[in-house]
Amino acid sequence: MPTTEPVYYSLTCYVNGERQTLRVRAANTLLHVLREDLGLTGCKPGCENGDCGACTILVNGLPIKSCLMLAVEAEGLQMTTIEGLRNSPVLSVFARKQAFQCGYCTPGFIVNCHGLLSAHPDANVETIRFWLESNICRCTSYEEIHEAVQAVFCAEERCKAVILRELRRGRYGRNPSYSENHTTDR
Amino acid sequence: MIPFDFEYYKPSSVREAVLWFQQLQVQRKNPMYFSGGTEIITWARRNSIQPGAVIDLKAIPECGVIGFHQDRLILGSCVSLSVLSSANPFPLLSVTALGVADQTARNQITLGGNICGKIHFRETVLPLLMSDSRVILAGEKGAREVSIHEVFLHQIKLEKGEFIVQILIEREYLSLPFFHVKKRQIGNVGYPLVTMAALKKDERTRTAYSGVCVFPFRSIEIDQALNDATIPLTNRIEQAIGKLPAPVVTNEEGSAAYREYVLKQTMAEAVITLEGR
Ligand SMILES: Cc1cc2nc3c(=O)[nH]c(=O)nc-3n(C[C@H](O)[C@H](O)[C@H](O)COP(=O)(O)OP(=O)(O)OC[C@H]3O[C@@H](n4cnc5c(N)ncnc54)[C@H](O)[C@@H]3O)c2cc1C
Ligand code: FES
Ligand code: FES
Repeated sequence: MPTTEPVYYSLTCYVNGERQTLRVRAANTLLHVLREDLGLTGCKPGCENGDCGACTILVNGLPIKSCLMLAVEAEGLQMTTIEGLRNSPVLSVFARKQAFQCGYCTPGFIVNCHGLLSAHPDANVETIRFWLESNICRCTSYEEIHEAVQAVFCAEERCKAVILRELRRGRYGRNPSYSENHTTDR
Repeated sequence: MIPFDFEYYKPSSVREAVLWFQQLQVQRKNPMYFSGGTEIITWARRNSIQPGAVIDLKAIPECGVIGFHQDRLILGSCVSLSVLSSANPFPLLSVTALGVADQTARNQITLGGNICGKIHFRETVLPLLMSDSRVILAGEKGAREVSIHEVFLHQIKLEKGEFIVQILIEREYLSLPFFHVKKRQIGNVGYPLVTMAALKKDERTRTAYSGVCVFPFRSIEIDQALNDATIPLTNRIEQAIGKLPAPVVTNEEGSAAYREYVLKQTMAEAVITLEGR
């Protein structure tokens, strides 16, 4: 039997580097709480079924689908949404390459790509494909998205060194999972 | 949005989880164990399940383990499929896990959740069935260790209030020659038309399947037919198809006839690959 009264829980978490204390309904997904309670509407409700990736955010540096996580599960966790990636090199490359049409899927792609860049700065083609096939673009801008992602990962070594230094400093949002000993596997 | 309310509990020990389950059961709250939560959330959103409480197992240390004890690999039930694949202690299990959903979803889907899920593919159970793995369960009567074959026949069958804490696999299975293929209707992400995994042990091939029938399975009869070297491969495969435990599925991924055709091709690929090794 479901309970008849809404059950609220206190939640303390860190979103885009800021500490947030909220009261959340146990049955609310993180997607809903980020959008409705914190006004972070960059993560988009698409399928709300784990299929499209429009709601992707980073939790402790790893991409997750916020429609598949309860807000109460986020106690103590570090989260980054597209709003926290204003200065991300991935965002500027997507803008430069015009890797979108309607733009609905774009935050999810950028967040996922940023997560990949932090975890695997030297990701090979296969790893890039593996990670990015988690996101769907209904306008089928795949050609431009592919070009943008290529540009991020094929940046000149000098550029990459700057990006990595900034990533380590947390300039593009906190990234606790980043480690010097990153592996190149998936 | 989930259209009803439930309570949320996050025990930090096995015993606490079991006690919460018992108490919530007495209160008629229809509790459910919650691991990655991806299936519970999506099914609750559609109102297909209505738990009054969920018990999140992720803070239980034993459920997060990947390690060895003596000659057995120990896998905690809450290990996510992406962590499992990148740690890669059992390559066949890694490639099977990498076939499930997509990389982002695999950061959330857990081994225990995939095996115990209601969605009928449960692909990660295939290597566990072939390696005769053992399962540590916890429930009202305490902990028990059983063979996977005792608690998994087409789907998980646990006693009320029991949950999977860990899965144990003998080290000798981890490096055996293997074969794994997931064939979909289209693309690299999605549910299987046919998933087949195979292991070669003591010169015999063991096989297991998902997507073919409405449950994943390993069949001793099918393995006997496929290993009968006295007859040509096409006849072995015909005999194996005759031993399928249920009708072949027809759904949006493909018709039963097409699936059977793909299954036969896949069986041939598996046998040829493993007999040559
Ligand atoms: C986008 C997407 C794509 C998918 N694609 C595939 C696919 O290709 N192949 C495939 O096989 N599956 C696929 N699935 C299904 C998914 O693997 C299952 O739904 C799985 O149950 C999810 O695991 P979870 O950890 O999130 O489970 P949860 O949602 O936490 O739990 C699922 C069920 O298992 C029970 N449970 C969880 N942990 C335990 C435990 N330790 N002991 C006892 N019971 C437990 C819960 O009570 C619940 O009934 C997909 C799911 C999604 C969201
Ligand atoms: S809205 Fe979350 S994956 Fe589509
Ligand atoms: S740009 Fe419209 S969905 Fe991708």
